[in-house]
Amino acid sequence: MKKKNLLTILLPVVAITGLILFNALKIDTPLKPKAATDDAAAGLTLPAGFSAAILIDNINGGIREMAPTPEGDLYAKVYRIRRGSTVKGIVSLHVDGDKATIKSTFGNFSGSGMYIKNGYLYASSDEEVFRYKLNSKNEVINPNEPEKIVTGLIARRQHEPKAILVDNNGNLYVNIGAFSNSCQEKDRQRGSMGIKGCPVLDSAAGIWQFKADKPNQHYKDGIRYATGLRNVVGMDWNTQNDQLFVMQHGRDQLHDIFPDLYTVKQSAELPAECMYALKKGDNAGWPYIYYDQIQHKKMIAPEYGGDGKKSGGENYIDPAAAYPGHMAPDGLLFYTGNQFPEKYKNGAFIAFHGSWNRSPEPQAGFFVVFQPFKNGKPDGKWEVFANGFAGTQAQTESGRAEHRPCGLAMGPDGSLYVSDDTKGTIYKITYKK
Amino acid sequence: MKLIKTATVCLLLLVFADALFAQAKKTTVKSKSASAAPSAASMAAGKKVYSTICISCHQADGGGVPNMNPPLIKTTYVLGNKSKLISILLNGFNENVEINGNTYSNTMPSQDFLKDQEIADVLTYVRNSFGNKASAVTVAEVKKGRAAKK
Repeated sequence: MKKKNLLTILLPVVAITGLILFNALKIDTPLKPKAATDDAAAGLTLPAGFSAAILIDNINGGIREMAPTPEGDLYAKVYRIRRGSTVKGIVSLHVDGDKATIKSTFGNFSGSGMYIKNGYLYASSDEEVFRYKLNSKNEVINPNEPEKIVTGLIARRQHEPKAILVDNNGNLYVNIGAFSNSCQEKDRQRGSMGIKGCPVLDSAAGIWQFKADKPNQHYKDGIRYATGLRNVVGMDWNTQNDQLFVMQHGRDQLHDIFPDLYTVKQSAELPAECMYALKKGDNAGWPYIYYDQIQHKKMIAPEYGGDGKKSGGENYIDPAAAYPGHMAPDGLLFYTGNQFPEKYKNGAFIAFHGSWNRSPEPQAGFFVVFQPFKNGKPDGKWEVFANGFAGTQAQTESGRAEHRPCGLAMGPDGSLYVSDDTKGTIYKITYKK
Repeated sequence: MKLIKTATVCLLLLVFADALFAQAKKTTVKSKSASAAPSAASMAAGKKVYSTICISCHQADGGGVPNMNPPLIKTTYVLGNKSKLISILLNGFNENVEINGNTYSNTMPSQDFLKDQEIADVLTYVRNSFGNKASAVTVAEVKKGRAAKK
């Protein structure tokens, strides 16, 4: 009874304090970007000789892909334009050593893709690809009038971001992610089987190729360059063997959907996040198969008659490399610079955004990995290169990450840029001889 | 029992400066109907369902996954109209959910394979965990929702 009286007395005080706090948290204050200089403040763990700086942080809306200029500046794509934010869809940054400042911000579309090629800045929304003409100093000439290159791409509430890349022959590659987890009759429904002749593949779950300089292209103007890829965010061109490499996000929820076939632990580890080296016409097999990185086998998906033991899919390509499940590879970069030690030359950096679909097992990822390469092929075991984006180990395991690494790019001096789409941070990683 | 519960509420309020004044006040009202208050058995059973079914998307802390799976913490979806909430579990949910300026767009599949009791328990658990405080969901309410589904 005494306790109750105490509560009655304290309630107004508590309620008022609570209301103030609650409202303070609810207000969507646009964050002011601020530059940081201190290396230690970056909070990353790196191999000996490397250091990291925060070029800029709190870019409202988060940063996905980036495109550095030969002059040393940087264009960065804003993931989601926030209501009332002064930051628009693209930020143009001036980089001065370990600091960056926003020169300008333009473009009224949220999205993911950012790429510079042949005097143009390419940018993607979730449905379209635009390009901006650059002047001789790689500055955008008319930020208010981009040229629409591709339009009408499907974006249906899953895997909407469009990764983009332009090759040396005037071709634009666009990822169109599957608007489904595993092409079930009922998406993500326990026990629901796969749709025969998965219709998603006609317009998504693949890489489409368009002309890099032709305006207003639709699906019919492009070709499906490679199919059976559930969702790709990280992609890069390998100049050693002149080939497109992509990172696929593997399917989710093996245990949730087929609890009798997969344990919680298996479902946390499987399937692999795969790196593929693509040729025109390749099929990586989604949704019919997935890759098991423990057995090193292509497995029949349970929606299509698999039982966790049946391998198959001989007509589908094998991955070039495979990584543990659900870590979400969002950035891929072949390192062609001269700043880092010799072992990194022509190898691949992969930014793993971090998992959610390992729960109740601990989450994983939230780091940048290095994959050694030899003659254009993965050679040897991958290693964690930059870690600590999430914050503490507890933040990694719970998935409550401070930062999530996403885009990767290389500056003209060979520095590595890593973007974060959660807090809008851009990191610069350098090697000091 | 009642004293312990009241003391817990008091402590929670003090520690977290909990803002939900109205709901906190409700729990202290003497003439609270017994059916709407969450029972310990229902909470325990609900936690079990949550930890095997819901946790993979909504996570252990109920905080969801950015851009994909909505949080279950103090949202109107969870604390508001119970029949709507029951309907989301039975029918699934395929619309974008906006909470505090963030949009969540992953598919919520139907959980109609769960028994009425399991649905009542898990919703009671969710409505009274992660800082939430709201009335229990009863089997009768779930039955009504299931009838409306057809």
